[in-house]
Amino acid sequence: MRLELRGITKRFGDLVANDRIDLSAEGGEIHALLGENGAGKTTLMNVLDGLYRPDEGAILLDGNIARFQNPGDAIRAGIGMVHQNFMLIPAFTVAENVMLGFERVSRLGFLDRPRARSEIRDLSKRFGLEVDPDALVGDLSVGRQQRVEIVKALAREARVLILDEPTAVLTPQEIEDLFAVMRSLRESGRTILFITHKLKEVQAIADRITVIRLGKVIGTVRPKETTEEQLASMMVGRGVELTVAKGVSKPREAVLSVRNLIAVDATGRVAVDDVSFDVRGGEIVAVAGVLGNGQTELAEAIMGLSSEVGGSIRISGRDLAGASPKKVLRAGVANIPEDRIRDGLVGAFKISENLILDVCDERPYSRGGALDWDVIKRTARGRIEEFDIRAGSIDVPASTLSGGNQQKVIVARELSRTIKLIIAAQPTRGLDVGSIEYVHRRLVQARDQGNAVLLISAELDEVFALADRILVMYRGKLAGPFETESLSRERIGLLMAGSGSSRKGSNP
Amino acid sequence: MSAETTQRRNVKDRISSVPRRGNSAVITLLAFFSALVVGALIIILATPSVMTAWKDFFISPGHALAASWAAVAKAYGSLFIGSIGNPADIAAAFRSGKASDFVSAFGPISETVVSTTPLMMAGLGIALAFRAGLFDIGGQGQVILGAAGATLAGFAFPSLPAALHLPLALLVGAAFGAAWGFIPGILKAKTGAHEVITSMMLNYVGLNLLTWLLTTELYQAPPRIQSVSKTIVEAARLPHLAGPSLRMNWSFILAVLFIFGVSWLLQRSTVGFRFRMLGLNREAARVAGVHIEGQYVLAMTLAGMLVGLAGAFMVLGVDYRMAPNYGGTTGFDGITVAILGRGTPVGVALSALLFGAFTAGGRTMQVNTNIPLQLVQVLQAVLVLFVAAPGVIRTIYRIKVSRAGRVFGGWAG
Repeated sequence: MRLELRGITKRFGDLVANDRIDLSAEGGEIHALLGENGAGKTTLMNVLDGLYRPDEGAILLDGNIARFQNPGDAIRAGIGMVHQNFMLIPAFTVAENVMLGFERVSRLGFLDRPRARSEIRDLSKRFGLEVDPDALVGDLSVGRQQRVEIVKALAREARVLILDEPTAVLTPQEIEDLFAVMRSLRESGRTILFITHKLKEVQAIADRITVIRLGKVIGTVRPKETTEEQLASMMVGRGVELTVAKGVSKPREAVLSVRNLIAVDATGRVAVDDVSFDVRGGEIVAVAGVLGNGQTELAEAIMGLSSEVGGSIRISGRDLAGASPKKVLRAGVANIPEDRIRDGLVGAFKISENLILDVCDERPYSRGGALDWDVIKRTARGRIEEFDIRAGSIDVPASTLSGGNQQKVIVARELSRTIKLIIAAQPTRGLDVGSIEYVHRRLVQARDQGNAVLLISAELDEVFALADRILVMYRGKLAGPFETESLSRERIGLLMAGSGSSRKGSNP
Repeated sequence: MSAETTQRRNVKDRISSVPRRGNSAVITLLAFFSALVVGALIIILATPSVMTAWKDFFISPGHALAASWAAVAKAYGSLFIGSIGNPADIAAAFRSGKASDFVSAFGPISETVVSTTPLMMAGLGIALAFRAGLFDIGGQGQVILGAAGATLAGFAFPSLPAALHLPLALLVGAAFGAAWGFIPGILKAKTGAHEVITSMMLNYVGLNLLTWLLTTELYQAPPRIQSVSKTIVEAARLPHLAGPSLRMNWSFILAVLFIFGVSWLLQRSTVGFRFRMLGLNREAARVAGVHIEGQYVLAMTLAGMLVGLAGAFMVLGVDYRMAPNYGGTTGFDGITVAILGRGTPVGVALSALLFGAFTAGGRTMQVNTNIPLQLVQVLQAVLVLFVAAPGVIRTIYRIKVSRAGRVFGGWAG
């Protein structure tokens, strides 16, 4: 089915999220929609999905104007959406999830499970999806759950499939498998709209690429006629350095020494399982891994935020396992938390206030329990300059800043303290390219000043760009460390999926 | 970030931004106006003669409207006279210069001040807890304990000089209130018990504790027939501000000082900074090394102390002795004052003044018209309802909200 968007405009108040978007995708085409976070991709998808109604413009399906009042209309018209966050019920089987909302009942009013099951088996076989209709969704890996979402869309006879950032949660191998599925869907004549901000992926799979920036279409290109650098500069609007300039590391003695660390997650499940490693001053050690393999809990355990930890965490020789967050911070640990809005900022606080969250009781910001606002404001103005935080003033609430500028506030606060170790968890997730460059540069700079950096990241590009040594986390266990040069993408992909061979303790 | 956390955050942002979103002063004024309109309707409905006039609306519509206007004007007029005073009386007092004229002319203002002071203190304590993300429902118990402590110190040392006795009575009152706030704080810190439940239960404990105390030899006034406490001696009483005939006393000045004090605490101290951090984003506070449990205890104790002082001020400044149910609804009214004042000390002061005026004026209104005092409570309730649900006011007056606040975490991605 041919999908065409003509002049789609969607405004939120004064903000134009989509500005006269034109796009057409043919049947049997994988069309990539490439743009940074905040470029308007998700808004456009929600327009296609019937969640938003466009202020101007039209959606055409095979040349006919389609009007969607709600997502149900879009589904009936043949548009299937695979969301970034799956809309599945873990306690239901695959078949039940697929039927949900479109239940077929037999004559006696019972759910027609056998038919749903056989339908799923057919689809699964045809497109190489390998989905068992009787498996409980909660037992499936994230990659498999995504397949269930695809089956769900196909079972509802979707002829246009929209995949919203489908690779964000997958291992490299799972991404390859997904691409294979996408190719077989293309062969069946379906139209696929693939939304992403990852340049390598669009180059690998897309037939055509439409780049949007700040709500506008910048251009549509074919992968063969372009390069990653060109795509990046279309996306960002200027030339972009894709690699971080970084010299050879000059490691010193270990700053962070973790031995036999065990930590549990919020539900009490063991999330970090007997882990040992060292991070030396002057080096960046990356913990690579698919999200949800214990990285969050690892960072929390080091920061003193876990209720229960076993083993030892030595920072410059002092064992701080189970110590309070305050003690860990005071020991010279900078923390760039994974969920910056929840853990790193107080949204309603001014920038100047956010810059002293963890040092409000230290000199020169306060004295004898009284805050010194003159010093705080003066320092804040300096930090805004130094860390290139784009904001109207130091008095605007942090919640009004863009993600990149919010992260810069956190980086400014954390790197301005007296530190020797930096824990950076997914430090560039959701940021624009400019901010990613900036954060990377700062981390390398901190390393070169002799700090130890523990980078926790699910982005392989980031890991390879920054790390001197790499650890791979899978189901709470660590493999490695590996020298970055000695590790191939294929190998790390296998390790991230738990099928790598050597999972050895640490010998730094 | 998952859709769920985004969702949760949006909800949280909305809740925390409700009291502060732009042009809130306009909303408060419109809420006040709307409350008066609702009150006017109630006055019309509650005045039999006006309702009779409305029955003949189709015969003489002018009469019905005129009667309604007269009833509303009279009720609100006496509300004004009862709370601020009759301008004519005030002018006459200045002309004659006689003390008795001054007393009657400034009586209403004095009564407003007397009603305002405990509301200010209770509202201040509850607002402080609010800012730290805690909901102190235990105001009633804290008022009783504060008053009981001040009373005990006030009658137990009959020979102390005033310079020592009054501060001692205030201190004991503050300590008793603080203890009643400390309990829910420590329970939350140690066991996670919700402060709403524990502080509310402590209201009943406080209430019954007082009933029992008033039967004990220690507290009960001889000859121990009536259920009232011994009387506070002269030396422990708060001096009057303008002569013995006006009940207005020094507690008002102290309350105003506390308003400044808490303002300073919240804006200029590290303690207040941590409270606000905790109230706006508990997780970020934890990650920033704030010892959350300790802050809970501290915030509840300070809140209990301030609310307890409301009780101490009442008994040391006005009543000089306690009876069962002492303090009445002061502790609960403090919650409304804190909400209306949007959790800021200055806002608390202004809304306490408004409610104090309502209370003082309501009594005059009840005497002059047949409108019961409860109308005042309806006015207060409607006012707070409108302020707490600004969406209602925006809908009624078609105020447009800028969408800028909603963009955050919304459309982008």
